[in-house]
Amino acid sequence: MKILSSKKIQDACYALIEQACTSIAPSCINAMQKASATEENSSAKFALDILLQNAELAQKEKLPICQDTGFAIFFVNIGRDVYIQGNLEEAIQNAVRQGYNDFYLRKSVCDPLTRVNTTDNTPANIHIEFTAGDSVEILFMPKGFGSENMSKLFMLTPAQGIDGILNAIVQTVQDAGSNPCPPIIVGVGIGGTFDSAPLLAKKALLREVGNHHAREDIKQLEIEALARINALQIGAQGFGGSTTALAVHMEVAPTHIAGLPVAINIQCHCMRIAKTVID
Amino acid sequence: MQELQLPLSLEQIQSLKAGQAVYLTGTIFTARDCAHKRLIESIKTNTLPITLKEAAIYYAGPCPTPPNRVSGSCGPTTSMRMDSFTPTLIEQGVRVLIGKGERSQAVIDAIKKYNAIYFAAIGGAGALYGECIQSNELIAYPDLLSEGIYKLQVKNFPCIVAVDCKGNTIYR
Repeated sequence: MKILSSKKIQDACYALIEQACTSIAPSCINAMQKASATEENSSAKFALDILLQNAELAQKEKLPICQDTGFAIFFVNIGRDVYIQGNLEEAIQNAVRQGYNDFYLRKSVCDPLTRVNTTDNTPANIHIEFTAGDSVEILFMPKGFGSENMSKLFMLTPAQGIDGILNAIVQTVQDAGSNPCPPIIVGVGIGGTFDSAPLLAKKALLREVGNHHAREDIKQLEIEALARINALQIGAQGFGGSTTALAVHMEVAPTHIAGLPVAINIQCHCMRIAKTVID
Repeated sequence: MQELQLPLSLEQIQSLKAGQAVYLTGTIFTARDCAHKRLIESIKTNTLPITLKEAAIYYAGPCPTPPNRVSGSCGPTTSMRMDSFTPTLIEQGVRVLIGKGERSQAVIDAIKKYNAIYFAAIGGAGALYGECIQSNELIAYPDLLSEGIYKLQVKNFPCIVAVDCKGNTIYR
C-alpha cells in the first residue's frame, strides 16, 4: 500500500491546468497541418493557417490558446494499492481555484439560473475510477462550450441500428455547422444508459487524434462517419472545404436489450488535454 | 489582403463582399451574452454606456490580462447566441459585427436594411487576437467580469467577410 498526500495531487493538477490551457495536443496539430496542406478552399486554408500560427504563439508565450479556458474536467484513475491521505476532491478544486487565478485563465462557470459567476472556475467535474497498481493517473481537459453546446444525446431504438447511429452523428455535425469551431473531433459513446453514454463520448475524446478503436467493426464505423461528415463541406470555421472533422472516436459499452443510447460530444480543434502519473 | 480602418464608411461597407479576407484596425467594443441583455435594457431606459452609432461590436470575453501585456487571449465567441439582440443594436446604429458562425435570417435582413456588415474572426485563435490588441479598457458592467464591455484598439485583426451588406453569406 502506497500513501500519497492530497497536496501532491493538488500540485500535479495545478501544473496540468497551465500545460493544457496553453497547448494543443501534438496529434491534433499534426492533423491540422495535414489538412492545411491539402485544403483547396482558400478561406478555410486562411483559417487553418491562423489556427496553426495561434497554437505556436500560445505555446511559445505560455498564453491561453483560446480565451474559453473551459469548464475544468478531471479524470482520476486511482490504483487500488494507493491510499490518498486528505481530501482528494477538495485538493482538485483548490488546484482549479489557484490555477485559474495564477495563470490568468478565464473564469467561465456560473449559476445556471442567476448567471452569477462563481469567480474561481469551480466546481470542476471529477471522474474517479479505480485501476490496478499503485499509481494515480490524472487527465485534465478544459472543455470549451462553443463545442459542448452542440453535443447531443439520442435514445435510439435497437431497430435503428448502425444506420441510426451514423445518421445521428452526421445530423448532429450538420446542425452544429460553423458553431463548434470546426475542424472538430467527434466523440461518440454508444450503449450504456442515459447517464453513461455521454461520459463514454467524452472519454472517446481523450484518445490521440486519429487513433482508431481496437475493434475492427468500430474502426470501420469511425472511418465511415468521418467520410460522411467531411462530405458535408462545412469546412474549417464553416467557410467550406473538406476539413469539417479531423477524427471520429467511438467508445462502446453493453446496453439494455430495449435500447441504443448514442451520445455525441463535439470537441473543437483546441484539443487541450494534459496528463500526469503520480507514483 | 485588404487593410481597413474602423469606423467603416458606407462606401467601404458596400465595397466588401462575402468571403473576402481583411485586417481591421481601430476601435471595437466587446459584448457577449449578458452584456447584450443589458444593452437592450439600457436602450429602453436611455442609459446606454457606449455610443452605438457606427460602432463595431465584437462577441468576445477575454482572459484576464497578465502582467506586462495589454490583453489576455481574446478570440470570438459563437454569434448565434446574440442573434435575438442584434437587429435592435443595428437599428440603433451598430454597423460592424464581429464573431464566429452563422447568423439568423432576421440578423441578415437587418444587415441588408441598414448597410451593416458581419465579419467572422477565427474561433480558437485567442492568443493571436490578444496580440492584436493595442489598448484595452473595461468601460461597462465590471460585475460581469469577462462578460463586461471592453473598449479595444486593435491593429491588423484578421477576419473574413461572413455576411456582406447585400446579405450574401460565406456559410452554406
